[in-house]
Amino acid sequence: MNNFFEIARQDLLVPAGLTEQQLQKVLSGVLGNSIDNADLYFQSTYSESWVLEDGIIKGGSYNIDRGVGVRAMSGEKTGFAYSDDILMPALENAAQAARSISRQGGDKSVKALAWTTGHELYLPINPLLSLSENEKVALLQRVDAFTRKQDPRVIQVNVSLAAEYETILVMASDGHLAADVRPLVRINVSVVVEQNGRREHGYSGGGGRIDYRQMLDNDQAFVYAKEAVRQALVNLDAVEAPAGTMPVVLGPGWPGVLLHEAVGHGLEGDFNRKGTSLYSGKMGQQVTSPLCTIVDDGTLPNRRGSLNVDDEGTPTQCTVLIEKGILRNYMQDKKNARLMGSESTGNGRRESYAHVPMPRMTNTYMLPGESTHEEIIASVKKGIYAANFGGGQVDITSGKFVFSASEAYLIENGKITRPVKGATLIGNGPDVLTKVSMVGNNLKLDSGIGICGKDGQSVPVGVGQPTLRVDALTVGGTARG
Amino acid sequence: MVEMAKMDGFFTPEKIQHLVADVLQEAKRQGATSAEVDVAVNKGFAVMVRMGDVESIEYNQDKVIEVSVYFGKRCGSASLSDIRPEAIRSAVEAACNIARFTDEDEFSGLADKELLAFNYPPSDLYYPWDITVPKAIELGLECEALALAKDKRITNSEGVSVSTVEVLHGYGNSLGFIGVIPVTRHELSCVLIAKQNDEMQRDYSYTVSCDPSGLDAIQSVANTAAERTVRRLGGRRLATCTTPVIVFAEEARGLLGHFVSAIQGGSLYRKSSFLLDHLGKTIFPKHITIDERPLLPKSLGSSPFDDDGVKTCPNVFVKDGVLENYSLGVYSARKLGMQTTGNAGGVHNLFISPGKHDLAGLMKKMHKGLLVTEFMGNGVNLVTGDYSRGASGFWVENGEIQYPVEEITIAGKLQDMYGNLVEVGNDIDKRGNIQTGSILLEEMMIGGD
Repeated sequence: MNNFFEIARQDLLVPAGLTEQQLQKVLSGVLGNSIDNADLYFQSTYSESWVLEDGIIKGGSYNIDRGVGVRAMSGEKTGFAYSDDILMPALENAAQAARSISRQGGDKSVKALAWTTGHELYLPINPLLSLSENEKVALLQRVDAFTRKQDPRVIQVNVSLAAEYETILVMASDGHLAADVRPLVRINVSVVVEQNGRREHGYSGGGGRIDYRQMLDNDQAFVYAKEAVRQALVNLDAVEAPAGTMPVVLGPGWPGVLLHEAVGHGLEGDFNRKGTSLYSGKMGQQVTSPLCTIVDDGTLPNRRGSLNVDDEGTPTQCTVLIEKGILRNYMQDKKNARLMGSESTGNGRRESYAHVPMPRMTNTYMLPGESTHEEIIASVKKGIYAANFGGGQVDITSGKFVFSASEAYLIENGKITRPVKGATLIGNGPDVLTKVSMVGNNLKLDSGIGICGKDGQSVPVGVGQPTLRVDALTVGGTARG
Repeated sequence: MVEMAKMDGFFTPEKIQHLVADVLQEAKRQGATSAEVDVAVNKGFAVMVRMGDVESIEYNQDKVIEVSVYFGKRCGSASLSDIRPEAIRSAVEAACNIARFTDEDEFSGLADKELLAFNYPPSDLYYPWDITVPKAIELGLECEALALAKDKRITNSEGVSVSTVEVLHGYGNSLGFIGVIPVTRHELSCVLIAKQNDEMQRDYSYTVSCDPSGLDAIQSVANTAAERTVRRLGGRRLATCTTPVIVFAEEARGLLGHFVSAIQGGSLYRKSSFLLDHLGKTIFPKHITIDERPLLPKSLGSSPFDDDGVKTCPNVFVKDGVLENYSLGVYSARKLGMQTTGNAGGVHNLFISPGKHDLAGLMKKMHKGLLVTEFMGNGVNLVTGDYSRGASGFWVENGEIQYPVEEITIAGKLQDMYGNLVEVGNDIDKRGNIQTGSILLEEMMIGGD
């Protein structure tokens, strides 16, 4: 047991005068109803954001959200209710609603509660308190001034700073009792540049499960500012992208969104239990090029997608999804693991107490290979180098996925020649990953900007990859290739 | 079956009014020179059935209070989900504290009093659905059974979901305006999987309305979902080419959504829109008019006041192809040196003038080209108008669908797509805040084999 529990207890239970014994009683009440499993999830989130625009600190907001969710599971069925009051009567109401999923009698009891000790991947600090308001405002102003100084073509700068301090406590009928205290910070820099009447946009940002001070220490905010301006200026010179199917080199880091879309979602347990993913039933089969080893790793210190324990109280782990091209594991939460006869992989996540957990990614990335970045570029006679991306989307049933390049270049005879406009790339997940013919030795993780949406729930995630060469991917440009 | 647990103590419009007034009073007590408050509370439930059985029952009950305080021209905000007086007091304190550190913003502040929607007309959006959880489950099971029976290639289902929610949305500010709008929203959606050899395809259909009597029959939702799913089987790619394109009504909504984003005050004052400095300029063909109708009965986009409390009005954004109005709230209007158009928070029931053809007629008119029924990704750059997205749909020849198409890209520039828009169909999809028929566009670039 670590001090997360004491922090969680003080924040979530003590103000309402709730004791572990009382909660256990509520949980038993849910169970006495032919329910296989039940859990209570207490959460509080304190967050803030500060925005600088047009050279002034335009606004800031402070937000508090607290509540408790009650989930009851009977076979494949889930009953769920929640309350944004952490008080005994509201909790009992929610418990009664959740248990209505089943009406048959039963005689299960809650297993003896035992603490699950999670990782200690980040400090249980409140990042909102890590800088004074004056320091936060001064940081924004310095980043703004620095950004404007980068280039006279910068005509618009927007800088925002955000932090979140989340405390959770899970109590499950299988005896799991777990707590986590999760800091999360982020800074964004967004610019518009103008030259001869043509305008372009650039963006950069990052963060992680750290406090503001750690972000300040390595001047990371100024790196993002430079990067945002650089991207915008590159795009000012961009010509039309080609249309059609061609070799594509994907840069290291955030372009790993390819993996998140092309394989990640398709390997989430719920889709495979229901048989709706095109990876269903393919365990042990070759599904990508043998050069690809892809993992989902919730245990990376201070990363945006990392968790000491997931939202069901299971410690996160590094799960090998694909090993040298062979499908090895799905990502599981408790419910889908139980129904598929396997174990949770620590991927049970939820947006908040008001949402039901489901299998979600943490930090998903491809392990490095042998080639150098330069070799990979040099190998392409005519194609695209996609250095950076916006977001992506996948249809896990058909396998079609897209992602949008925000910074891309033409490769001609093994050399990067000129920038091309952003374009959408489309492919079929399994098909594209069999066409990975070179994997770089330069694994890089993203800077801490990922948000993954599924069934209306958003959670922070990380992605990463080394430079990759895909032999054929369809590029959605406007110029005949 | 099961019974719905009691959700007692839900709010009334009067209670919301009092809550808004209390928060405003607290802001005043703490020294704010002005303040505004937004409150939203909802309650409801959603059931999901899948492959003939219940998958989940979820009860929802939320409340959010957002308060902004002004000290002269400096502003701070806070939000919370707790309505106890001590929680409200500390949230207002947090907002006031933030306002001590923000800069004076000459454009900030409440709307001018004469623009506020005092004596706003009652809205016509509140029709609670007298349905129990067991009844909703029954409805879902029935719909899924109809859909699964429709075609033997439909082998699996992602489920049918039935949901109902009541929402009370209140806004008030220290100029004395308080408004509350009660809204109900009921929805049934059906997601199916069809299989043929090794290929799987998924598609869906849904119906949504504020009035349960306005929902489509489950048979019709089931039929549409089944037809849409099965007809995707056997999709092919296209060779890279240029071709005219019809965007199906459901997706044409998104195409107009980009227009709405591009004329929004925030995009304009940030110089992040390709329609900056385009007022009075021709951006659509002469036959196109785009307007909003904020007081339509039973239309979920309706609202008598916007997010600033300003009275909404039937704006015309494009008349005979010419951009006549931007979509502005108080803040962006002041930044641009203009007047608010009552569009803080967006437009209310946007319409584009239809032509005389339905979808079949549009396909005849196009003769040969691509019908897009689904876009993927968000490769739209509003700063430049560059447009590049993944797509699937159908190849059309001789005005008729030939075969399904998938895994291609479609690219162009929004300026050209709008400027050369050929015709809007009269097959208007009325389910959303943007109501349009299918749209026939001139040639676009298709990326494929």
